[in-house]
Amino acid sequence: MMTARRCTTVVAAICLAVSMAASVLLLRHIDKIRPQATLEDVLYVSSPTMVKRASLGFDGLMACIYWTRTVQYFGHRHYDYAHTYNELAPLLEITTTLDPNMIPAYQFGASFLAPKPPTGAGQPQRAIQLMEYGIAHNPDNWHLYYDLGFVYYTELKDYHNAADAFERGSKVPDAHPFLRIMAAQMAVHTGDFTTARMMWSAAFESSHEFNIRQNAVEHLRAIRVDEDVTNLEQAVARFRERAGRAPASMPELAAAEHWGGVPVDPDGDAYRLTSDGRVEVENPDDFLFITKGTPPGYKAPMPKFHAHE
Amino acid sequence: MSPRILHIARNTFREAVRDRVLYNLIAFALLLSGAAIFVGQISIDIERLVVVNLGLTAVSLFGVVIAIFIGIGLVSKEIEKRTLYTVLSRPVRRWEFIVGKFFGLAGTLVVNTFFMAIGVFGALLYVAHKFSRPDALILVALYFIVLEFLIICSLALLFSSFSSPLLSAVFAFSLFVIGSFADDLRGFAAMAHGATRWFATGAAYLVPNFSALNVISAVAHEQPMGGQLILQNTLYALFYTAMALSGAVLIFERRNLK
Repeated sequence: MMTARRCTTVVAAICLAVSMAASVLLLRHIDKIRPQATLEDVLYVSSPTMVKRASLGFDGLMACIYWTRTVQYFGHRHYDYAHTYNELAPLLEITTTLDPNMIPAYQFGASFLAPKPPTGAGQPQRAIQLMEYGIAHNPDNWHLYYDLGFVYYTELKDYHNAADAFERGSKVPDAHPFLRIMAAQMAVHTGDFTTARMMWSAAFESSHEFNIRQNAVEHLRAIRVDEDVTNLEQAVARFRERAGRAPASMPELAAAEHWGGVPVDPDGDAYRLTSDGRVEVENPDDFLFITKGTPPGYKAPMPKFHAHE
Repeated sequence: MSPRILHIARNTFREAVRDRVLYNLIAFALLLSGAAIFVGQISIDIERLVVVNLGLTAVSLFGVVIAIFIGIGLVSKEIEKRTLYTVLSRPVRRWEFIVGKFFGLAGTLVVNTFFMAIGVFGALLYVAHKFSRPDALILVALYFIVLEFLIICSLALLFSSFSSPLLSAVFAFSLFVIGSFADDLRGFAAMAHGATRWFATGAAYLVPNFSALNVISAVAHEQPMGGQLILQNTLYALFYTAMALSGAVLIFERRNLK
């Protein structure tokens, strides 16, 4: 026979379990009714100074929280293929005001802000402001000058300011020697593929962060494709001049150019030749950042990274 | 130190342990291990920064809460339970009672901080896989946090010596918040004119300056701490604590306990 006390314990335990399960289920239903409620793009306090004051001196921890929030915000928007990132720059501003020495916030922040949507927020000027703020507070960190020059070069094709950023960075003690080379390259801004390859190789070599390195790998793969397609299209033009028609196939073009084989992309797939003489990659979805070799009207997919070549 | 002060301090420490104050270590351990494991998955490149910032902030806030909520009851609880009369009927001076209570609470917080420090270093080892030379700076930040506790303990005792526990908690917590804004207060004083300037400057120097003792962010970025700062912060904390304790003794000596 169960005692009264034991009976109460059993009933209370069952009530607790049932109530907990019911509340979880209800909350899931409520979330379905208002799907955006928990991820609403709201900055409750938009003033960086106010957030700093409210942190009661624990601004380092607040900066970590805001940086995590920035990463989550960017990740969600990026995943949703968003074309607007309205809160990204304010979140980065708050993060770096709370902790002006938080280097990842500048480095990743610039790479979130600068590229065109959907890869980034398409705000290169805000990225430049962020980097200049970072340099003002961390003048001895050569990576920040490098990233600033990178934004000028890749997003704005502003060779003069890119050269200036690399030049300033090269004067920082213990700066990597390639900064001086980059400054010189920018000054003459010739050989775009060579320069771009050097930039992304440097980005790969100078970072231990997985995402930065994978991003660099993707760009290096894309540069190789762009360069290959450019060279192949030149070969097609030469063939057309010689034969008065476009080559019928890639093997015909390869034989005419004495290549000893059909040219392949970084994944080992042969480049395709269309009937109108255009060169395309077999799987454009595997090369996120390519600007050439895609079918007409092609739209790039979500990023997915590959192993380093 | 007089053996009577030592006895009171030891009993205060035992009482705090019996009140399960050290249970906060479990919450701290869960918080830190959770952060160490999950932050790497939801953020980028700030694992060490989070462990140091979160660890030291938690040490500081947990300690401040313990200091305030235990400190405010140290005198009033003894009066309420009438154990104070038993203590004072023995050859124990009132100032010895206050000082003993202070050392007991400070000891509790030092022991608590010691275990939390082990947790911080453990989490750091988990995320970084090894210790580096700048990690020693965390000890400086922990030392400053202990100095902060000394000031708060003495303030809680000061308020406890003349006020109710609720009001003491409000006063002590308000001073903690104001003390965190001490630098701003000094900034306001510099912008003011005439009597307001004098009043604001006086207030800025009267409230404890906790911002000078908060080096968590700097330590997280491995910025070096000068010996002068350590020395002067130590002296500042000791003088301020002595000032608040003297105030508590002065009030308690004249308090009518009948």
